[in-house]
Amino acid sequence: MNVPVWSLRLLPALTGALCVPLAYQILVELHFSHCAAFGAALLILFENSLITQSRLMLLESVLIFFILLAILSYLKFYNLQKCSPFTAGWWFWLLLTGVACSCAVGVKYMGLFTYMLLLAIAGVHSWHLIGDQTLSNVSVLCHLLARGIALVVVPVAMYLSFFYVHLTLLYRSGPHDQIMTSAFQASLEGGLARITQGQPLEVAYGSQITLRNVLGKPVPCWLHSHKNTYPIRYENGRGSSHQQQVTCYPFKDVNNWWIVKDPGMQQLVVSNPPRPVRHGHIVQLVHGITTRYLNTHDVAAPLSPHSQEISCYVDYNISMPAQNLWRVEIVNRESDTDVWKTILSEVRFVHVNTSAVLKLSGASLPEWGYRQLEIIGEKLSKGYHQSMLWNVEEHRYGKSQEQKEREVELHSPTQADISKNLSFMARFTELQWKILTLKNEDTEHKYSSSPLDWITMDTNIAYWFHPISGAQIHLIGNVLTWASANVATLVYVCLFLWYLLRRRRKICDIPEDAWRLWVSAGGLCVGGWAVNYLPFFMMEKTLFLYHYLPALTFQILLIPVVLQHLTDHLCRSQLPKNAFSALMVAWFSSVYLVYRTFSPLTYGEPTLSAAELRALRWKDSWDILIRKH
Amino acid sequence: MTLAAGCRQAESGPRCGGLRQRRPRRPAGEQSRPAPPPRAWAPLEAPVGVWAPLASVTLLSFASRFYRLSEPPHVCWDETHFGKMGSYYINRTFFFDVHPPLGKMLIGLAGYLSGYNGTFPFQKPGDRYEHHNYIGMRGFCAFLGSCLVPFAYLIVLELSKSLSAALLAASILIFDTGCITLSQYILLDPILMFFLMGAVLSMVKYNSCADRPFSAPWWFWLSLTGVNLAGAIGVKFVGLFVVLLVGLNTVYDLWELLGDLSLSLVTLGKHLLARVFCLILLPLALYTAQFAVHFAVLNKSGPGDGFFSSAFQSRLIGNNLHNVSVPEHLAYGSVITMKNLRMAGGYLHSHWHLYPEGVGARQQQVTAYLHKDLNNLWVIKKHDSNTDHLDPSCSVEFVRHGDVIRLEHKETSRNLHSHQHEAPMTRKHFQVTGYGINGTGDANDFWRIEVVGRKAGKRIKVLRSQIRLTHLATGCILGSSGKTLPKWGWEQVEVTCTPYVKETPNALWNVEDHINPKLPNISLDVLKPSFPEILLESHMVMIRGNSGLKPKENEVTSKPWHWPINYQGLRFSGVNETDYRVYLLGNPVVWWLNLVTIGLYLLMATCAIVAIKRGVQLTVEFKELSEVLLHSGGKIMLGWLLHYLPFFMMGRVLYFHHYFPAMLFSSMLTGITWDTLLKFCAGCLSCSVGKRVYTYGTLALMLLIVYRHDGRQRTLQLLPLPFTCKIIPRYISLPCYATGFVIGLAY
Repeated sequence: MNVPVWSLRLLPALTGALCVPLAYQILVELHFSHCAAFGAALLILFENSLITQSRLMLLESVLIFFILLAILSYLKFYNLQKCSPFTAGWWFWLLLTGVACSCAVGVKYMGLFTYMLLLAIAGVHSWHLIGDQTLSNVSVLCHLLARGIALVVVPVAMYLSFFYVHLTLLYRSGPHDQIMTSAFQASLEGGLARITQGQPLEVAYGSQITLRNVLGKPVPCWLHSHKNTYPIRYENGRGSSHQQQVTCYPFKDVNNWWIVKDPGMQQLVVSNPPRPVRHGHIVQLVHGITTRYLNTHDVAAPLSPHSQEISCYVDYNISMPAQNLWRVEIVNRESDTDVWKTILSEVRFVHVNTSAVLKLSGASLPEWGYRQLEIIGEKLSKGYHQSMLWNVEEHRYGKSQEQKEREVELHSPTQADISKNLSFMARFTELQWKILTLKNEDTEHKYSSSPLDWITMDTNIAYWFHPISGAQIHLIGNVLTWASANVATLVYVCLFLWYLLRRRRKICDIPEDAWRLWVSAGGLCVGGWAVNYLPFFMMEKTLFLYHYLPALTFQILLIPVVLQHLTDHLCRSQLPKNAFSALMVAWFSSVYLVYRTFSPLTYGEPTLSAAELRALRWKDSWDILIRKH
Repeated sequence: MTLAAGCRQAESGPRCGGLRQRRPRRPAGEQSRPAPPPRAWAPLEAPVGVWAPLASVTLLSFASRFYRLSEPPHVCWDETHFGKMGSYYINRTFFFDVHPPLGKMLIGLAGYLSGYNGTFPFQKPGDRYEHHNYIGMRGFCAFLGSCLVPFAYLIVLELSKSLSAALLAASILIFDTGCITLSQYILLDPILMFFLMGAVLSMVKYNSCADRPFSAPWWFWLSLTGVNLAGAIGVKFVGLFVVLLVGLNTVYDLWELLGDLSLSLVTLGKHLLARVFCLILLPLALYTAQFAVHFAVLNKSGPGDGFFSSAFQSRLIGNNLHNVSVPEHLAYGSVITMKNLRMAGGYLHSHWHLYPEGVGARQQQVTAYLHKDLNNLWVIKKHDSNTDHLDPSCSVEFVRHGDVIRLEHKETSRNLHSHQHEAPMTRKHFQVTGYGINGTGDANDFWRIEVVGRKAGKRIKVLRSQIRLTHLATGCILGSSGKTLPKWGWEQVEVTCTPYVKETPNALWNVEDHINPKLPNISLDVLKPSFPEILLESHMVMIRGNSGLKPKENEVTSKPWHWPINYQGLRFSGVNETDYRVYLLGNPVVWWLNLVTIGLYLLMATCAIVAIKRGVQLTVEFKELSEVLLHSGGKIMLGWLLHYLPFFMMGRVLYFHHYFPAMLFSSMLTGITWDTLLKFCAGCLSCSVGKRVYTYGTLALMLLIVYRHDGRQRTLQLLPLPFTCKIIPRYISLPCYATGFVIGLAY
């Protein structure tokens, strides 16, 4: 195959590599020594999981890059704030913060967490600014406005522009069309637009239509009927009307065509001029191929016994009269005399005799219904639910009165004369909504894990496995770094609480400057870790170890912060300081050693033997692939 | 009347509180403050001024809640659950519910005391009560519901020291149709809200006593807070939110104390210990005591048995495990049920239905099922022969630790089977199926049976042995993952074969029922579980039950954002046109006023806080106003947030009535905010004009509420409701106008 792997992998690798200097810079901007900054950079450098993730075509390293960039530029901006506000550099870093934030959010929604953290930090800083009574009201207002524009307006505008570019670039129809509504699809070139372009807009008596359920769950489907009837008795012994089945079918089919008929007239063609159907009109729906009428009656539906069965009426002469009148209710109407429009109108069909509403139940029928989806008449319609709404997707004015001609007509593709364009904002909101609400059906994956497993790295992900040599690439972190990061977090939180309580009693263990440094660095690192980690406990989607990487990056940055604090303030005399430095060297060497040990799993080479692989399985829960021979 | 009293009054007496929340200790000489200047409004102190409005508010509240209590004379909405559970307590039969027991125990007690004998079945909403005495239970709930109004009155009075704010909040609650409706039926909500408001009231009271720590009233209110917390959380787990509110308040309190350098560390320790004792240990003890009573009362077998472990069930009279007598040791040919040892684990179960396509192999499903069922029965067979061991000619052969066996499902004659296909939910595990025809399968049907902590060759005991089944071919262990299968699996629990050899209760089973006619039955004195074990187990079961209340596909559910805007109510009674219809819906004016007030409050609080931060010089009056706004209002606002926001993150089914605790806070906030706003306006104007603005403003607000209470009928029809409704007849309109008038006269 001719895929330019190298160039596609270049961007993640590049951004992953740039994370190392960024980490260095961040610690420097936090007013830590170059030694600590160097340590942070080293730790990021020797973190196997970050390396693996950035060597493949994956988004995490890009995300981490933008997160770190946003943090760095905010710190630069904040440090400039004291000496030279409203200079070019000040504006540059402030705007870069906003830009990097929107890029981070644009890459992955996880970026939102860091964006929120930065907003919160900026909020706290602005609050101090408001309290600064040396500044005039006007200058405070200017400061706040500048922050508002750079940190809120610019990111939002940029985010919108990403989608604008996305939708302009992807103007052709593609594999995921049917997730979107008909109106959205009609705005794409090819696909549905090819069919729907130029159909008549207003549905009239005699129109031939296909009806798509607006909900689109579990799959998008169209109202459908076929020759087969409901079984006389279901498996559980309940009886049915034995009339023709009505289902919802997820594929295009000639049996999806229905004809809108005026109950008062016999003809099935559109008169000249066409008489449009309006909100509140009563119609009959005739199935195109079988010419039976859509009907419902007081018989329990096959799978939802509390609702009415929907069928196409077959007259068995058994005192079960046809009840086939439906009132058209346009839900998104502007006035009560609105005309039923193709694609745009979302319609409810209310049965006249029983006031049941035509609804997709979401259940799929057993074998006798070919596993198509069940359609029911819901009697107690509580509010509006999308499963009760239908829109016309394909539409043409019927011309043939004779059944034979009509079948030919139904089989032929529709022809065209109008085109519709949704506004950008409408398309944006719909796409955004679908992105946020679309759930993957797969509830669990072989390598999925729970957030609790991540802290201790009880899980790994196998990315690649060579079937012959047995070489493999895993997402597996540097165990020592992860453990130290956890320890650092714990030490930080304990020390922080200790200092806080003591300061409240006016006992200052460390000078005021050191305390401020301690709070700001910790707020950033521990805060960054928390906002990027804790929300996962509330998520119901499938989670993987790589979701933890942004949080891990923040946690790693905390290690040198804590270490430097310990050397500066807890080791008072020279001797422990020297011992501490010696320990540092030993510790960094072991980090490097662990990195070396696991690098075969990071880079996929050299190939390890089964015994070596078994030796690498430091935790029982790790899933390292060992071939049996 | 209060106005005059207020203008004359000079110095507050030694009541708890005063205008500030907490006064730092002062030298004795400063004890008497100079008299505050006379103002346009009155901090009230005179006893009549406190008691008369309180009495009238209470009276009105009771009148509105008890009016036509007996109607409709049929089961309304969730009365079918809670009334039924009350009956269970009277009949002492064991049941299972997702809520803790206190609320239902109180309902049962009320029913018992009022002469209800527990025989009404409460089958479905709409069933007529006929001759059964249900008024006692409804009356009890209505009584607690009526107490909410005086509680709100007292809370707001304590927080804002303003009679009009308190009256405003109280009248909002009196005239809110939703609160009335919710208080009139046998439901947990009035009980929950009673304890909740009780907790807030006692918290506010003890905060006011902060200048006299360790005095008798201080201890009284502090411990009463604890008692109410235990009550709130004992009714529903939603009570946790008020625990959180009190907890945050206490942390803030302690933080302030910590910053007070005049207090020694020992005093601080005492403060801390007192709070730990009253707000943590006392509620915990009471909460545990509720469960002790619960288990002591419910000692008969009932519908909730299957949710619990074998050991738990042996406590219940009438359960087949109570004073059980079964064959002691497992033998080949025995018919058994196996129960998973994890908390709320089910019985090993199988049925004719197959796994659907795409989910492993299309073989018969094996699941874990919480209820007792014939499909839970399995027969132990030897792996290599299909002889009928129950044949009288065969000698009895016991199953021993380490034997290789085959488990045949009794109803379908399929063998318990596993193979290297992915399990349906837990993809890392193997699928477990039922396989083979009439007991003839393949080598994947063989399992090694082992008992934890036993040596090879020992016999296996019913109930007491903890059994592990190891799949012979793949080496995996039979376990229940605890995940609920989708619809195709009838929402039963997934059973898998786990390749990770871990000692967890998920992978351990015990034999519960054991039938073997060839063995003698021996009475087993089963290890009775200790109380902490029962307590822990019942909580695990409740938590699982709660998380299992997921909304069904395509069901129209209530969303949290619907609630404050009064978007859609809840039908309590009446499906057809002819029935007596009751519809839970808030008074639109009240609710929309509350909604607007939240915005208004945020605006005012922001202005106040920015003004203080910018160092704007405020007069003493405005300082006090902003103090009330930020401190007292802040507490109430926090309460609203804590009782509302968490619902956005909940996955379970939500209903409109979940909003009512938050609504109580919102109403109190309305009282405080509008009172502050009017005082502020009055303070900006000259004295006499200001007084008039303040008086008329308060009056106008109250009359608006009262008016709309009457005009409800019309308002409702304007709402986008699925159907219009008669809630409660227009009975209160007259007393409403009367009160409005009386309150007007007071000014």
